[in-house]
Amino acid sequence: MSATFLGMPGNFPQNSALAVQDSQLRYNLRKATHTIRGKRATVVGELSDWAELRAAGKAIKDETLRHLDRYLIQLEEAVTRAGGTVHWARDAAEANRIVAGLVQATGETEVVKVKSMATQEIGLNEALAEQGITAYETDLAELIVQLGDDFPSHILVPAIHRNRAEIRDIFLDRMGDAPPDLTDEPAALAEAARLHLRERFLRSKVAISGANFMVAETGTLVVLESEGNGRMCLTLPETLISVVGIEKLLPSWRDLEVFLQLLPRSSTGERMNPYTSTWTGSVEGQDFHLVLLDNGRTDVLADEVGRQALRCIRCSACLNVCPVYERAGGHAYGSVYPGPIGAILTPQLRGMSSALDASLPYASSLCGACFEVCPVAIDIPEVLVDLRAKAPHGPAERAGMRVAGWIFNDHVRLAKAQRLAGRLRKLVPRRLPGPASAWTDTRDLPEIPAESFRDWWERDERA
Amino acid sequence: MRVALFITCVNDTLFPGTGKAAVSLLRRLGCDVEFPAAQTCCGQMHVNTGYREEGVRLARHFTEVFAAYDAVVAPSGSCAAMIREQYPKLVRPGSRGAAAIAEVTPKVFELSEFLIDVLQVDDVGAYFPHRVTYHPTCHSLRGLRLADRPTRLLRNVRGLDLVPLPAADECCGFGGTFAVKNPAVSAAMGADKVRNVLDTGAEVLCAADNSCLMHIGGTLGRQRTGVRVMHLAEILAATETAMEGTST
Repeated sequence: MSATFLGMPGNFPQNSALAVQDSQLRYNLRKATHTIRGKRATVVGELSDWAELRAAGKAIKDETLRHLDRYLIQLEEAVTRAGGTVHWARDAAEANRIVAGLVQATGETEVVKVKSMATQEIGLNEALAEQGITAYETDLAELIVQLGDDFPSHILVPAIHRNRAEIRDIFLDRMGDAPPDLTDEPAALAEAARLHLRERFLRSKVAISGANFMVAETGTLVVLESEGNGRMCLTLPETLISVVGIEKLLPSWRDLEVFLQLLPRSSTGERMNPYTSTWTGSVEGQDFHLVLLDNGRTDVLADEVGRQALRCIRCSACLNVCPVYERAGGHAYGSVYPGPIGAILTPQLRGMSSALDASLPYASSLCGACFEVCPVAIDIPEVLVDLRAKAPHGPAERAGMRVAGWIFNDHVRLAKAQRLAGRLRKLVPRRLPGPASAWTDTRDLPEIPAESFRDWWERDERA
Repeated sequence: MRVALFITCVNDTLFPGTGKAAVSLLRRLGCDVEFPAAQTCCGQMHVNTGYREEGVRLARHFTEVFAAYDAVVAPSGSCAAMIREQYPKLVRPGSRGAAAIAEVTPKVFELSEFLIDVLQVDDVGAYFPHRVTYHPTCHSLRGLRLADRPTRLLRNVRGLDLVPLPAADECCGFGGTFAVKNPAVSAAMGADKVRNVLDTGAEVLCAADNSCLMHIGGTLGRQRTGVRVMHLAEILAATETAMEGTST
């Protein structure tokens, strides 16, 4: 992942320390995540075969990833046969160059966009702007984020950090055709956005999308959405360019049966999403281009533990149950992929050379709630722990851990250390200095006992 | 039955009362409890903080120390989960280490699992006349899947009034070194957990993990709430004659 997304400037502990102090943000996140979490639990609970569906989803994705080379070629052949053009992009720069070139070839300077994580990942809007091309987001929440010069903070609901009063203000301020008497009623806000976007749909000649799935067997792309705005973009413009990560493949049309159940229930907490659009190659004279994006995915695939992250279908169920995400918010993760999945995906795609990226594997208490809800059974805690072993460690921490390891390696040393702690116990202050203040700023220390368990046993119990 | 107590480094060093309670409880139920003196730490802190090499060494040490016993009981859901779930991932499949781990891990039980699944008792004859709420720590709940084992034991304690904890399945924010690496989020999670504990009106917060209780109890203490935290073993060890407190 070569494009750098900068939501907040610091590392995760610094960013989240700021976020937890923002009461409005805390309220918005709590309300939204708990609502979606509850809806998901209800509709997942309805299915007696959820465990089997989940196992099937995992198995299909694993099989696809194992033979990705073969399925990608099959897809390319099918799309080409159906009149589409397939482009291969090694990284963000190459993908952006290809898309900008395709838009320029049409002579247009405006494009409409279907909500897409892949194009955010590569910073496509910014890259197009450098070429004099304006990209308009048409997903309602993405529109709010774009008009507010803001960053998305959730995979499914990018404007989750905004409440309706803030959205009204953004519309009045930045959306030229918003009615001056706009209220913060959801229906009024939606209607204003609808009128604004309808103009764009009718005018635009080029659309850019991502895809939730690509079917190798038929060359079909699939987009799931709630608003119908995506379908407007997919069908009206003369040229459609889809930028899709290479891991979005499914072998056959039949496999969709599993994922069209797993995704909406996990994502929006609905039995079925309102709009499912599928298209194969060039339809009704529309010029169709597919840009297949690697951008670090092949490296992830090479990692035996980390590769399971490529099963992700971007449902965001893990964000909605994560106690850390709920309090830190999406911007603290400094990536288009926030929350638990972001904490394992971003360091793998981008590496861990920056302080932020190196802090992401630690942005979890390893509580396991994410793994439990993941519809493709990504063991996120397992990948987090594996990434922590590869992350750079500071010299002070490394020294401390080495000493602790040395003490734990021998029970005689451990007993001596415990006796020393017992003797010094009255000297421990209530507030510790330096890095240890991270504990005592908000918590009392436990009282150190005069005698360890092992000394008590030795003295009292050994028969 | 020859039972080895794996006390865990946290209990050994900071909460010896939990170990003494576990010993007295297991003896009351007829077990011959041994404490292999060479035991130290399961390695969870090292592995989960990214120091795998040190962690693997401690895992090897654990398997050597406990290889000879029929059953190993740990008064900690988190350490039991580390051994049973994470140890197998630390070694190459098919290696000698993997065989040693496969040998010992099925014999490792968290305390409530041992009582209910192995000894097959859900009434341990305890007496504890207090209002108690129970926090099912993450590794007990989602790792070991203890389900209602701890609360079944608590419900059968005479005099004990068990009140449900709202949002019980949410993490308290301890998370090992997470508590000091991400102190702001950890404290925010702890504050919400404490609010839920206070809402129950309980005198005592109980859990099967002293590490989580150290974090929640430290927060309860700093806020001078007056709510005590107690390990499950300490409540189950309490009887009319040997009340809690004598063990610590």
